[in-house]
Amino acid sequence: MTTPARSVALIRRPLSRIVLASLWFGLLSLPLMMESQAPFFGLRRPLLVSAGVAVIGVLRLAVSRRAGSGAGGVQRALGATGRAVHHLVGQIDRRLLYAVGLAAAALIPLGLNRYHIDILTQVGIYVTLALGLNIVVGLAGLLDLGYVAFYAVGAYAYGLLSTRVGLSFWEVLPLGALLAALFGVLLGIPVLRLRGDYLAIVTLGFGEMIRITLNNWDSVTRGPNGILGIARPKILGFTISTPIQYYYLILALVLLTVFVVERLNRSRIGRAWTAMRDDDVAAEAMGINLVKTKLLAFGLGATWAGSAGVFFASKMTFISPESFTFFESVIILCMVVLGGMGSVPGVILGAATLVILPEIMRQFALYRMLIFGGAMVVMMVMRPQGLVGSPRRKVALGPKDRPRPTAVS
Amino acid sequence: MLLQQLINGLTLGSVYALIALGYTMVYGIIELINFAHGEIYMLGAYMGIVTFGLLSTLHLISPDSVVALLLMMVVAMLFCGACGVTMERVAYRPLRGASRLSPLISALGVSIFLQNFVMLAQGPRDKGFPNLFAGGGIDLPGARISAIQIFIMATSVMMMIGLQLLVHRTKIGKAMRATAQDMQMACMVGINVDRVISVTFLVGSILAGVAGILVGMYYGLINFFIGYIAGIKAFTAAVLGGIGKIQGAMLGGLLLGLIESLGAGYISSEYKDVFAFAILIVVLIFRPSGLLGEDISKRV
Repeated sequence: MTTPARSVALIRRPLSRIVLASLWFGLLSLPLMMESQAPFFGLRRPLLVSAGVAVIGVLRLAVSRRAGSGAGGVQRALGATGRAVHHLVGQIDRRLLYAVGLAAAALIPLGLNRYHIDILTQVGIYVTLALGLNIVVGLAGLLDLGYVAFYAVGAYAYGLLSTRVGLSFWEVLPLGALLAALFGVLLGIPVLRLRGDYLAIVTLGFGEMIRITLNNWDSVTRGPNGILGIARPKILGFTISTPIQYYYLILALVLLTVFVVERLNRSRIGRAWTAMRDDDVAAEAMGINLVKTKLLAFGLGATWAGSAGVFFASKMTFISPESFTFFESVIILCMVVLGGMGSVPGVILGAATLVILPEIMRQFALYRMLIFGGAMVVMMVMRPQGLVGSPRRKVALGPKDRPRPTAVS
Repeated sequence: MLLQQLINGLTLGSVYALIALGYTMVYGIIELINFAHGEIYMLGAYMGIVTFGLLSTLHLISPDSVVALLLMMVVAMLFCGACGVTMERVAYRPLRGASRLSPLISALGVSIFLQNFVMLAQGPRDKGFPNLFAGGGIDLPGARISAIQIFIMATSVMMMIGLQLLVHRTKIGKAMRATAQDMQMACMVGINVDRVISVTFLVGSILAGVAGILVGMYYGLINFFIGYIAGIKAFTAAVLGGIGKIQGAMLGGLLLGLIESLGAGYISSEYKDVFAFAILIVVLIFRPSGLLGEDISKRV
């Protein structure tokens, strides 16, 4: 029904915005990309950026036009898809979903080569880590940016106990988990009174402290050289060594994690965590012991990182502090948030996405991390609540009306 | 020895403070830990090199002059300001009102993106930063302040005074303070909150850009990864002083610089980062909202 003049106006504004945006980004990339020696100062690359931005803008416009009117069309389309998926997941019985998932996880690797199985094993390690962090961040609402420290504790526990003391994998697995849990509680005690972002920086600092210590304590950890020749796990005298055997081992660990986390989620403790996350004052008034609940969250979250660390050390047979950087913590946190905080299938999906995506992008080699960073922004802007939102997670982390620090004094 | 360590610490601290101001201002207004702030600082340092390179290729002015220095600073300020505003517009504004972790992840994404962008555009190797302050300085008994150190401290103090004037004496500063206190209320009394947030990012990024130039000249080498560690340090400084407080960021930055340089000088240089974090944890145990932060009682 639109008159020509109106439709021209409808097109013109977004188009002029696209042109402006593409010029702006070209201008921004100009100083970094130009080379004073190249012909025309290497203007080619900024122009490519401009063109890229314009193409993205036009594509977005086209998609939003098709999906509905207005600029929010893309978001709405994605939101609807997410809701549909979520609805579907909600309709299907959880047990059926897990049974199908388990069957797929058990059978698919049989037809894959070593490289793909290795990637799947990595997915398993990260699923365990992300599910553990999900307890702390997703369920209890405590922002932890140093989670990788517990992973390092588990890995070094096995590395040191196996090379120095000669303990076996099965002896260290519970020990490493316990040790990580102990570190979790140790970290938990000083931060009991801290809220939100103060907690974030302290956990970040804790993670860095562990890494720096591992890097510099040469007499024990052999510093940046790492620990070599860590024993492989044995079952009844049979040594696990091929990728597929490791895959089934991590699958067992993932199953245990999923089972325990699901049970925890529905237990009294799980409800206490959610209550504390949504409103700690109200939770305390209802008789929840906040100190105990918080420490339990830190301890139980760290346990999984510890066991994942033990597994990682046994798989790699070599560990060094380089594997436990802040970036690793960030990636695990992204898995939790991207998948949908608090939702177990969501976190599994998030972990799988973030491990497999960079592998697929390996063909772009250099541009891999660039695309990865951009994709993180895009995914968050399109779907802030994660791929699969948790059904019980109706309240955002940190209610809007909480007292805020009076700033800029 | 002690005097020298104090001087080094204050130099480092004033740079941390400049970066920390950006964190704290953004946090004060939209409660976001802007993890990409460190990258803005890194971009500032690169802008210095790019400007210097351009000046020497074009033979416009002698690259060793004061004009070149000023030009480097101005270009870095302009570029970083533009980047900061663009970053907010693209990655954070669509997420306003979403759960608090979403913008955080988005910020981490921006950080990874910018790091890799610079690595691809400028190469992964260390780049030498032109030293415009070769030699010069003041000899004190048992210590020496080099010209560059004086320049860093003087510039930082000037920037901080400028910021104080902006926040307390201008209309936009008043609007910033109002928005930080209560965004909805500020909206109701007719403050353009979007514009205030943009200006906050602009100012914070300009400060970070200047810090980038200063550090580039101080250390003489930069690479695409410097923003990461500087960002973490500056964030620590902001929290140490009480995040959201401008004076807190200044105090926290200076303290952190001093702790680090004294720790490195007297105990062990390998563990200097550990001291910084350990002191932060100890301070937060006794003062959970930082040194200057107000202890906010819970509202039920």
